[in-house]
Amino acid sequence: MISPKSVLTLIGGAVASTVLLAGNPTQVGFVYVSPVGDAGWTYQHDLGRKEMEKALGGQVTTKFVENVPEGADAERVIRNLITGGANIVFTTSFGYMNPTEKVSRAFPDKFFFHATGYKTGKNMGVYNARFYEGRYLCGVIAGKMTKSNVAGYVAAFPIPEVLQGINAFTQGMRSVNPKAEVRVIWVNAWFDPGKEREAALTLISQGADMITHHTDSTAVVQAAEEKHKANKNIYAFSYHSDMSKYGPTAQLTGTTHLWGDFYTKVVKEVMAGTWKGTNLWGGFKEGMIKLAPLNPAIPADVKALVEKEQKEIAGGKRHPFAGPVVAQDGKEKVAKGKNMTDAELGSMDYYVQGVASTLPKK
Amino acid sequence: MWLKLEQRPEPSRTMRYLSPLLAVALMVASGMLLFHFLGKSPIESFKVFFLNPVQDKYGIAELFLKATPLILCAVGLAVGFRGNIWNIGAEGQLLIGALAGGGLALHFHDSQSVLLLPAMIAAGALGGMVWAAIPAFLKTRFNANEILTSLMLVYIAELVVSWLVHGPWMDPDGFNFPQTRLFHEKALLPIIVTGTRLNAALLIAIGALIVGWIFMNRSFAGYQMKVAGQAENAGRYAGFSARRTVWIGMLVGGAMAGIAGVSEVAGPVGQITEHISPGYGFAAMIVAFVGRLEPIGIFFSGLLMALLYMGGEQAQQYLNLPYSISKVFQGLLLFFLLCSDVFITHRLRWKK
Repeated sequence: MISPKSVLTLIGGAVASTVLLAGNPTQVGFVYVSPVGDAGWTYQHDLGRKEMEKALGGQVTTKFVENVPEGADAERVIRNLITGGANIVFTTSFGYMNPTEKVSRAFPDKFFFHATGYKTGKNMGVYNARFYEGRYLCGVIAGKMTKSNVAGYVAAFPIPEVLQGINAFTQGMRSVNPKAEVRVIWVNAWFDPGKEREAALTLISQGADMITHHTDSTAVVQAAEEKHKANKNIYAFSYHSDMSKYGPTAQLTGTTHLWGDFYTKVVKEVMAGTWKGTNLWGGFKEGMIKLAPLNPAIPADVKALVEKEQKEIAGGKRHPFAGPVVAQDGKEKVAKGKNMTDAELGSMDYYVQGVASTLPKK
Repeated sequence: MWLKLEQRPEPSRTMRYLSPLLAVALMVASGMLLFHFLGKSPIESFKVFFLNPVQDKYGIAELFLKATPLILCAVGLAVGFRGNIWNIGAEGQLLIGALAGGGLALHFHDSQSVLLLPAMIAAGALGGMVWAAIPAFLKTRFNANEILTSLMLVYIAELVVSWLVHGPWMDPDGFNFPQTRLFHEKALLPIIVTGTRLNAALLIAIGALIVGWIFMNRSFAGYQMKVAGQAENAGRYAGFSARRTVWIGMLVGGAMAGIAGVSEVAGPVGQITEHISPGYGFAAMIVAFVGRLEPIGIFFSGLLMALLYMGGEQAQQYLNLPYSISKVFQGLLLFFLLCSDVFITHRLRWKK
């Protein structure tokens, strides 16, 4: 039985795809929350845009608008991309969720993809990556390489995505080093190189020799590089991008984001009229994250362990939040023998055991 | 033979009004020169930057929508600036106003009352006034510089917003993302042009311009503030209270900024997030000065400023220029205004 609604969708899809196939290259728009720069969240999305453009040759043209505030302006920018000729728009920050949804309803024959949100629609998909899988492996390396058994974590805001990272890093670290602890400093900003640097230096002075961050600049890796000159035990893990340019000796590896394959695949689907909706949360398996090149300072056995565990995670044999997962207050969050569900990951609002700091009170 | 700058016997009234126009012309001219050096056709770029954003009904509505909070903040600031009260903290007053008004919307999130919206606007004005009252009190009581105190309160206001949306006011069904629930329809400003986002806040802004004009030009209190601003000693000699000037200047600025905050959260944003304002409170200072601290001038400079923001978005899409181009234009405008203002008190003469 075909419902009238699905017939409409089919017709809509057919019309849209014939429009798309009618000779002219398909225009794809991107909305960025910050300037592209040379590392970080937006930089990775822009790499993805370029890869997609290259992979699809002359079939697409792309446009982007950077530094769009996540307020009232976003809706106009998204809309202008559409009225300017774009058929597909990617909005790459959480705050664009409601504006993207509004515009997607006003233009039912265009296609919208929103990163990191939770709303979907007939012509709106949502996508994100399981960054925590990479965090876990960074934690394993940190647990093996730390001399002080203390890691430092510079974080932006206590939302689930950031907590998943801190907790996965801690789980990974403790899986190989039960004595290890993680200290967190919140800088209450996604991008504030001054504060990020200060937080990194504070953590180092408190004894942390493994430093990582969930903020957008290269300041933390740079601070670690500086300190590494005096104390060879100090190392850093980058986030978003490979920042080895900024920490050639101090960066051990990092969790990097790869959007290019996803962008290519989904744009192809839309152009072919075969797109059926996107609600993707991809990790190592889908190729949406990757570890930055491993520093030669990492011993061969640790390297082998990380490579093995990465394969296990990609193959679904290992989960960074495999039970027992115990929260800081001693409550068991995941029982032994079970893995944390996506819904539980999405509402994470606690630290696991092994994080030495306390979470800011609500 | 060369040009010499010499003082005019008295400030030129004509130049006072010509100076902003001269500044706009110089801004456009140097902007086109900039486009030329960036390898873009100046004429084409001019079209993209200044005409593209307003080529249809939706674009024009967006222009007025964007200008509304700028105009609201600027007219409030002008009252203070005329009395030499340097309220730099409109951004913070806007945020606290948005919290006060938006808080009401959240508290009565299932209310169907038609009184909710007026109450939110009043709460917004009150919230902005409370935030502005702090520097006013510190100034009148301890003679603390209001430039510093009002500016520092901006950062506190930003952190208060951040705390609320990450904590007590977070949407319970929002997967722990830092934003409040969406406001109910009765808590949203009505749309005045269908098919666009232009809402009733524009009418409030126009009302504020009219009331502002009457206050500044026709009321005794407005006159007192002007005297206090232009000649402090004369004001004191005439028995005008300097304290009152401070209080009026700060509170009016705070109230208007607070309403601007409500116009955003109950308008195009529809909820409270960490990103209510992309710096309207600061941009409004340029708007106030380019508008000569006159309501009619503020109306046009508010529209111009809004156009600069929107032009920057278009320049990225069609010219592949970075977003900073908007900021360059805003900077150029203020810079040329300050330069052109020299000609109010001075003139150029050929010297042999």
